[in-house]
Amino acid sequence: MIYFDNAATTLQKPPQVEEAVLRAMRTLGNAGRGAHEPTLQAAREIYETRVALAELFHISDPMRIAFTSNATEAMNTAISGLFCPGDHVVTTVCEHNSVLRPLYRMEQYGVELSFLQADRNGLPDYSQLETLCRRNTKAIVMTHASNLTGNVNDLKRVSAFAKEKGLLLVTDAAQTAGIIPIDVQELGIDVLCFTGHKGLLGPQGTGGLYVRSGIVIPSFKVGGSGVHSYDRVHPDEMPTALEAGTLNGHGIAGLRAALGYLKQTGIEQIYEKERKLADRFVNGIRDIPGVTLYGDFSRDDAAGSRNRVAIVSLNIRDEDSAAVADWLWEDYGICVRAGAHCAPLMHRTFGTVNQGAVRFSFSHYNTEEEIDLAIRAVRELAQ
Amino acid sequence: MRVKESYIIITFKTTEEAIAMESHCKTCGIPGRLIPIPRTVTAGCGICWRMKPEEYGEYQQELNLMKHEHITEVLM
Repeated sequence: MIYFDNAATTLQKPPQVEEAVLRAMRTLGNAGRGAHEPTLQAAREIYETRVALAELFHISDPMRIAFTSNATEAMNTAISGLFCPGDHVVTTVCEHNSVLRPLYRMEQYGVELSFLQADRNGLPDYSQLETLCRRNTKAIVMTHASNLTGNVNDLKRVSAFAKEKGLLLVTDAAQTAGIIPIDVQELGIDVLCFTGHKGLLGPQGTGGLYVRSGIVIPSFKVGGSGVHSYDRVHPDEMPTALEAGTLNGHGIAGLRAALGYLKQTGIEQIYEKERKLADRFVNGIRDIPGVTLYGDFSRDDAAGSRNRVAIVSLNIRDEDSAAVADWLWEDYGICVRAGAHCAPLMHRTFGTVNQGAVRFSFSHYNTEEEIDLAIRAVRELAQ
Repeated sequence: MRVKESYIIITFKTTEEAIAMESHCKTCGIPGRLIPIPRTVTAGCGICWRMKPEEYGEYQQELNLMKHEHITEVLM
């Protein structure tokens, strides 16, 4: 089997991740629910993971990071907590449903939305920002990289605009965390949402959000906290404010091990390897008659611009993407993702709502041999 | 029953602050340990940092810099 669905979840994890999860399941109690050794051990594990994430994202206070079960929960927390009826939010057509659906739900309560459109390569038209902004605009909600095209958005430019206008910048880093360096201070990110099971190489059921100091997000979830138990209201101190209920301590222990691996390996090295593999694939298929690629492949990475993640979506003539994905699996043992990829507006931009697309997404654990087999498979299927 | 002794108790608003204190003290070689909060002390978090008064005196300035809720002396 060849696994090219790493944008959905990374299948191959560093061995220390599974060891950490197993060890955690055998030794950890419930963090913050007592003072005996197993519960303290769980709290220490979670604390150290927070510290490691803060280091990765250049966050000065680790307590500004709250754990969630995934990026979707993080986005829901941010979007439902930040906006009120009458607020206006600018977002993009590049977004995943984890951004769009929470925003659409807020729209029902009176939040106004505007969308930055994209060009035929899926790149947002940043020049529209000025005209989209209104007197009541509160924030720009934008993905760092599209999960369909692999295009990395120009957060620096958007952040500069947001700062100039006094807007919040809320970023979905589901496809970039652990692959592209993210410095929340340099990029001016006010809220960063991430998942643990993709580029961060941790277990599923882990993720979180960073909330800049000074921003208060009331949680939609309240309950057990292990602190202030006789109060009727949930504590408002971060991170407890956004972490009602028992955390996924076992998963977080795995995430900590994964963060250790990323630090040791270097995410710059990981990016370079993934980028090389993706470029090799693109160069092998882009001239095959009948193959259409979706995304901006015009910019190389010579200057280290990190303008793409290792995602390549394509179609073969007008074949149903689901059929192509199934052929790839049946005839070549290649795992890819077909369909809409929870990115409806991006598919509308490309006119692929009915056909969907076949998405290949690579890991640094993949090999050139695997890429070459995929090139051969696409060539044979396109004949 | 154990003979009661006087201890310095440092309380916190969250578990994370308590663990941060422990981590800092371990790194800097400051004595003490986390214990369940005594019932005579009012605090948000159910765990607190306990140390001997003479040891607290030695590290007082540094400990005050760490995030905490209250510092109190308790016979326990």
